[in-house]
This record gives sequence, structure tokens and C-alpha cells, in this order.
Amino acid sequence: MGPGDFNFLQEMLKRESGLVLTEEKSYLLESRLIPVARKLSLNGIEELVVRAKNGTSPEVKKAIIEAMTTNESFFFRDIKPFDIFREATLPYYLDARQNTRKIKIWCAAASSGQEPYSLAMILNELGPKIAGWNVDILGTDISTDILDKAINGLYTQFEVQRGLPVQNLVKYFDKEDEHWRVKSELRSMVKYREFNLLDSFATLGQFDIVFCRNVLIYFDQETKAQILARIAECMPPDGLLFLGGAETVLGISNLFQPIPKLRGVYEVASKESGPSAFMEHPAVAAFAS
Amino acid sequence: MKSCLIVDDSKVIRMVAKKILQELDFETVEAEDGQVALDLCKNQMPDAVLLDWNMPVMDGIDFLKNLRQLPGGDGPVVVFCTTENDVNHIQEAMEAGANEYIMKPFDGEIIQAKFAQVGLL
Ligand SMILES: C[S@@+](CC[C@H](N)C(=O)[O-])C[C@H]1O[C@@H](n2cnc3c(N)ncnc32)[C@H](O)[C@@H]1O
Repeated sequence: MGPGDFNFLQEMLKRESGLVLTEEKSYLLESRLIPVARKLSLNGIEELVVRAKNGTSPEVKKAIIEAMTTNESFFFRDIKPFDIFREATLPYYLDARQNTRKIKIWCAAASSGQEPYSLAMILNELGPKIAGWNVDILGTDISTDILDKAINGLYTQFEVQRGLPVQNLVKYFDKEDEHWRVKSELRSMVKYREFNLLDSFATLGQFDIVFCRNVLIYFDQETKAQILARIAECMPPDGLLFLGGAETVLGISNLFQPIPKLRGVYEVASKESGPSAFMEHPAVAAFAS
Repeated sequence: MKSCLIVDDSKVIRMVAKKILQELDFETVEAEDGQVALDLCKNQMPDAVLLDWNMPVMDGIDFLKNLRQLPGGDGPVVVFCTTENDVNHIQEAMEAGANEYIMKPFDGEIIQAKFAQVGLL
């Protein structure tokens, strides 16, 4: 691939998906795009670039973007955020939303669905405590291929053994040949939709809890800051943001602030000093101590 | 250092598991069937057991049932590691007192994830 093609792809990926492709990662282009070209019956990366450039085939661009994103995910990834969700976040919202009995959750980079389904399992374990409550989980991703997988809820034996307790496997999955499928009760708790984080959030609505994990790492500072600002806009003053283990708001955005002792969780910054209602909630205080 | 008893009739599997567990800082002991494993446990309870299902002399599920009857036999964390991968087998194992369940083929990542889940790491 010539430098012209590399520059074009680098610029296009950044503009259309936010992905920053450094020179060192250029080898990824070859290994991931050659299969794309083959699938579209094109003659190598050069022809793929020609097609993407002339703008008449948006599906080529989309295929390039989908091939270049990293979709890796697993159930209960990093464990801790899910403990926080179960032990601190939900008890708080079950009190704070007594009146409306509504909680809205958004997985902003849902990938193949492991994250939203992990949350759905935790919610389901609450049993009678959330009877009569309206809890929405929305999973979005830029990649429609990966969302198809999430919607199907079909996982390999390897995937269901990374992070998923076996009790949850037998409770929430059915075996289909060598694969495991999420049961329909759990699948129906999550809605999926294609959404690019670079687009306007106007159509999404409001969310109490946002999981935006392991996606901002692929973006530059400016893109991260813009996305964080738009997330803040679609949250109530007591909204909570969960980021991935290698991500932070510090030095990027002052619209969120870290919560002491709850690593990876951020609350909407407030002008008032002193601990927030969330931090003062007994379940949260107990968990953090 | 925690100890893990590896119970499998395949020498190759024991070797692979031993290597993975040593990297996770476990001291390992090996047994080629359930009876040998049970005798070892009577002598000294390990912290963890990585347990195959189908073995000659005494299979994994009988070993587990016997182990849980022994004084101190509720101590070890037992993780099945077997080619049996249907819901019935998994449920039978859990009812007999297994703590986790790995379906072969396995690798270091799966062992690490499962051991972390049951608090061994
Ligand atoms: C590594 S996965 C993270 C999955 C999950 N959140 C987790 O932590 O396990 C990153 C996902 O972000 C998606 N993604 C990348 N750029 C995006 C964008 N601009 N808008 C929406 N999703 C994007 C990718 O398609 C991929 O599925």
C-alpha cells in the first residue's frame, strides 16, 4: 500500500469513526483490509481505496470502518464495575427514582453484547425489588455486524468462559450445538441500535447510567472531550458514567468528576461542594469504605 | 503459595494445566484418577482442585462427592475441567459441590478468569 492510500484511510477513519490510526499500527490495515477486499471481490487494498474515495459506495467505507474497529469484549469485564453497579449504583437509583420507577441505561459501545447482557443479568437478580419498574438498557455500536451478533446473543464456548460465572451460564443461556444462546427473557431486556458516537445525540434521549467502556481509548483528546460533553448533556445531575480500565476524564473534560474509591465511575460535575447525594447514599458509602 | 491438585488421566493435560497454574503462582500436585486424588486429599487438603470428569477407577463426580464427605472436605475450591459440556453435566457437578466449571478445550486465559471468579487469585 502506498503512502497516499495510507493517508486517505487514516484520514477517513478519523473523520468517520474517530479511530486514530498511528503509523505503527499501519500493519493492521493490511491484515484487516485484505479480507474485506476479498469479500467484496475487489482486487486488493488499492481497489478498496479507489471505491471508498469515489464516494458512490458507502458500504465500502462501512466495511472498512467495521474491519478496523476492535470489538473484543467479555462478560463482566474487569468485574469491579459490575460489582459497583450491583452494590452501589442500583441501590442508589432504586431509592432516588422511587417516584418515576424508571432507570435508563446506555451501553455506548456495546460491541457483541456481553456488557449489556451482564447488566441485564444483574438486574434480573434483583427479582421482586424491580417488579413494576421500567428499566431500559440500550446498546449501541457503530458496527452493524457486531450488533447482529449482540441481537442474536449467540456465543462460542470460549466466549462464555471469559468472565461469566457458570451459574449464570446455565441460568441465562441455552446450548445450541457447540454454541450458547442468551435466553429470550434476557435478550428482551436489551434494545440494540446502530449509533456512531461522532453523530448528534439528539435522538437518543436521557440516560441515568452510561457505560462507555473501552472505546474512547481509540480516539484523540479532542474527540474524547466532545463525546464526553455530549454524554454529559444527555444525563440528569445525578447521572453516572462508567469508563474502561485504561480511560479517564482527568485532563480531558471537567464535566465529569471521579468518585473517590469507585474506580472507573464518574459523576456529572456539580458546582456545589461536598459529597453528592449518590456518595452519601448508605449503600454507596458502605461499598466505598 | 496456594496449592492446586490436578486430577486428569491424561498426562499431557496435566502437564499443560501444571504449566498454567505454576505461572499463576500455584504449587501443584497431580493425580491420574479420582481414587489417587482422594487419597492425596485425605493426607493433605489442597486449596484448589482442577478436576476432569471421565477417568478410570474413580471418575471426577464420585471423587467430588467423596471429597465433600471428608473432614475438611468442604475446604478446597473445586473447578471441573472436562469435555462434558452440556447443561445436565454442569448442573450435576454444581449440585455435587463444584465451585466452577471449565469446558475443554481450555487455555491459560480461561483458567485465570475462572480462578479469579472463585476468589483463588
Ligand atoms: C473494545 S469494544 C468495547 C466493548 C465493551 N464496551 C467492553 O468494554 O467490553 C469497542 C467497540 O466500540 C465500537 N466503536 C468504535 N468506534 C465507534 C464509534 N465512533 N461510535 C460507536 N461505536 C464505536 C466498536 O465497533 C467496538 O464494538
